[in-house]
Amino acid sequence: MDSKKITVAIGLVIGVISALLVKFGNPANMGFCIACFIRDTAGALGLHRAQPVQYIRPEIIGLVLGSCIAAIGGKEFQARGGSAPMTRFVLGFFVMVGALMFLGCPFRMVLRLAGGDLNAVMGLAGFFIGILAGVFFLNKGYTLKRSYRLPIAEGTIMPAVQIVLLVLLVAAPAFIFFSGNFPDVKGPGKAHAAIIISLCAGLVVGYLCQKSRFCMAGGFRDFILFKETRLLLGFAAIFAAALAVNIFIGKFKLGFEAQPVAHTDFLWNFLGMALVGLASVLLGGCPLRQLILSGEGSTDSAITALGLLVGSAFCHNFGLASSAAGATFNGKAAVVIGIIVTAAIGFANCAENKEA
Amino acid sequence: MLDARGLSCPQPVLMLKKAMTGGGEKFEIIVDNTAAKENITRFARNLGYNVAADEKEGEYILTVTKQL
Repeated sequence: MDSKKITVAIGLVIGVISALLVKFGNPANMGFCIACFIRDTAGALGLHRAQPVQYIRPEIIGLVLGSCIAAIGGKEFQARGGSAPMTRFVLGFFVMVGALMFLGCPFRMVLRLAGGDLNAVMGLAGFFIGILAGVFFLNKGYTLKRSYRLPIAEGTIMPAVQIVLLVLLVAAPAFIFFSGNFPDVKGPGKAHAAIIISLCAGLVVGYLCQKSRFCMAGGFRDFILFKETRLLLGFAAIFAAALAVNIFIGKFKLGFEAQPVAHTDFLWNFLGMALVGLASVLLGGCPLRQLILSGEGSTDSAITALGLLVGSAFCHNFGLASSAAGATFNGKAAVVIGIIVTAAIGFANCAENKEA
Repeated sequence: MLDARGLSCPQPVLMLKKAMTGGGEKFEIIVDNTAAKENITRFARNLGYNVAADEKEGEYILTVTKQL
């Protein structure tokens, strides 16, 4: 079967699962959100203390483990790393800053569009511009150089950590924070499907994404660079399927105002996702792709995931994250700093600036 | 021989694309993961090249030749 057709089929399945997760209890337009869910997990671990957003999200656990299973099954599990880990950590940090400005990673951006949230159109425009900027650096010879094979144990740590998180989620010891434990608190951390449903959804999507190499940034990037449409078609398939299910289950609401876990600040939705787009291209993949790669044994991507985790903690400890009320001043400053730092990383790692 | 082992997406394909702009009908590129092998194969075939893959210890030597 043609690889485009397979990718579209996989995209349709992912879109259906994502929309259904909301029916089962996830926040609206948030069947999956790599940024929000890593942030929620950070909260559960006490890395930040924002009570409305503390929950170990099984979707993240499932994505990594599903990818791991797919990789092992396809003999593609390879422990590797060593390609500019500190740079990747910082890039991951700023992807999170941008995502929490917009209130979604690129995956959630697609799901918000499929829910009728027109604010995500500004996000999409910004994301596209960010990717264009990333392509500019790629064409100038940007590279973080190669990764190397590492001992297999190194590659097993990220999947093992996910299993530990799953145990902590299920056992729910007193030292793990759960939004649900605070009766007066309202927030997305309280909205979640049953653990088994979220976990299975994550496993299936993680497995499918590993097999299909799904990447939201790659979709636009590969079209711009090579006129390759495979990933973009997959992206469109996720949107179409999620849209259809949303309409069917009554979760489609078209408009800008009062959208769930979203704000209407056009400029900052645009800039937040522009930062995400640029940093994702410099990382070689969007946050979803980073998780999938980390499940395959890439410690560079695992470190990127750590950057996302620490970034989310910073965002809530220092008031950088947006809310339905809009963007914060600190968050705006952080996004501007992020764009400058990310561009500097781009320039610093271009071919003509490197030693031979 | 183009060495694209261990490089992040989409650098292996970019490497081949850049080499192709220099002219020539045959290119050899080495990668160490299946995704890169798939991406290069798809890219080259879309441009009318044949791709032969030789696998050794988890690395793939891809020979890309222009179809006549």
